[in-house]
Amino acid sequence: MTDALIPNQGNMLRKFAHSAGRAVTPILILVAWQIASATGLVPERTLASPLHVIGTFWTLIADGELQDNLLVSLRRAMEGLAIGVSFGTVFALISGLSRSGEAAVDAPLQILRAIPFLALVPLFILWFGIGETPKIALVALGTIYPVYLNLYAGIRGIDKKLLEAGACFGLNHWQILRHIVLPGALPSFLVGLRYAVGISWLSLVVAEQINASSGIGYLIMSARDFMRTDIIVVGLIVYGLLGLLTDILIRTLEHRALAWRPSILKG
Amino acid sequence: MKTNPRSAPDVSVRGLTRRFGANTVLRGLDLDIESGEFVALLGRSGSGKTTFLRTLAGLDAVTQGEVRLPANRAVVFQEPRLMPWKKVWQNVTLGLTGADARGRAVAALKEVGLDHRLDAWPATLSGGEAQRVALARALVREPQLLLLDEPFAALDALTRIRMHELVAALWTVHKPSVLLVTHDVDEALLLADRALVLEDGRIRTELKITQPHPRARAMIGFSLMRADLLSALGVDVDGPAGIAKPADTVACRVPDDAKPRRTAPVLRSV
Repeated sequence: MTDALIPNQGNMLRKFAHSAGRAVTPILILVAWQIASATGLVPERTLASPLHVIGTFWTLIADGELQDNLLVSLRRAMEGLAIGVSFGTVFALISGLSRSGEAAVDAPLQILRAIPFLALVPLFILWFGIGETPKIALVALGTIYPVYLNLYAGIRGIDKKLLEAGACFGLNHWQILRHIVLPGALPSFLVGLRYAVGISWLSLVVAEQINASSGIGYLIMSARDFMRTDIIVVGLIVYGLLGLLTDILIRTLEHRALAWRPSILKG
Repeated sequence: MKTNPRSAPDVSVRGLTRRFGANTVLRGLDLDIESGEFVALLGRSGSGKTTFLRTLAGLDAVTQGEVRLPANRAVVFQEPRLMPWKKVWQNVTLGLTGADARGRAVAALKEVGLDHRLDAWPATLSGGEAQRVALARALVREPQLLLLDEPFAALDALTRIRMHELVAALWTVHKPSVLLVTHDVDEALLLADRALVLEDGRIRTELKITQPHPRARAMIGFSLMRADLLSALGVDVDGPAGIAKPADTVACRVPDDAKPRRTAPVLRSV
């Protein structure tokens, strides 16, 4: 009982043992994978061994090839994200703050949303060619919706009683927006942003596998041509790490921006 | 402390009628509140007392009738309605203009005994603390008319007693005109100069309470006034074989077709 309440050394040890326990299975899988590769059970052309992947990782970093392509990918993701989040935010404000705005903006967006945005790739190539534009446009298109939908719901979900209190205390429209609507909708916006970041990587994977000459996706696709499964695995790990890192980044942002929330106050 | 001349009433309502669809909530209501007067408005649920307060707060438009109000009003609602994303002192300064808003907020919070929680988030406050912040937010505006919409209804009994004392003390110092909407007869008797009962959209019963502050339930005439107000609210505390009451303690029952008389019998202290 006391262990659970007072953090003492025993409790910290137990926590450590718990995390170590969670690591056991992944480590076992890696070991099994290495053994399977070493004994020839899994041939190199199917999947490179973990040790080989680690070696390739270092080589790619030493060559500067990984960093170069990573930067290109990051740039595409961030530019697309910036455009998508901006549009999503503006649309959500228009349709969240006024009925006529909702009528004008919500219906077309909902119709467009029914089309899986990745299906627009052929059209984007016809419109924008094969340079950077279609890739950034794809990321932008994919990230509009999560931001729009969440922020719009957040604005509409503001407690009417708080709006009434604001009006009572003499706030004008602009002040109500600034002091009540926007901070109140911020949690929903951040949820949307988190989805949007996830989608930006997803659209990048698709965009970079079509007619790219740089980027992590290009690295993976050209490795395929030479059956370099080690490079493909490195690319997959980078995608995974990018997703993980950006998620941590947004969680940190949430923790700071939403310090007032009961769930964060308790934690 | 304000030294308003006692000439014109702060609040003057004439023939206020409010309908929601086919439902008439207020039916030609008349009321004056003198400057610095503490008025408690009682009524059964659905009697329109909250609608009336919302009208005075400017949250409900006047469609029929005449309402004269001071420009400087503040409201304390049943729920604190604090912005969860603003710290306590920022909630108090919400919409405040002029110099040193924070200093004024600190002073107001000191008055309600919360100057040690200036930088706390509302989610960390107890119900009573949150309501005290709401009170400070109203006070900091130095309102001429303070509207209290069942502000203590959601609090536990002990906290409510402390809030009664606090409100009585603050009113004595600042002397705003107060309209307290409540369903708690004791609360009305402890705090108000005048208790009104709203019924069928009009003020049907009026009781002046002249006992000096601070008051306690042990004050003279308390239980008789209590029984009067309760019976006006349709609760017969004495049962069928009621104790005979001296005539002059009976609250004034306003005739159905007349305006409430302002000459309500005043309870005499013995």
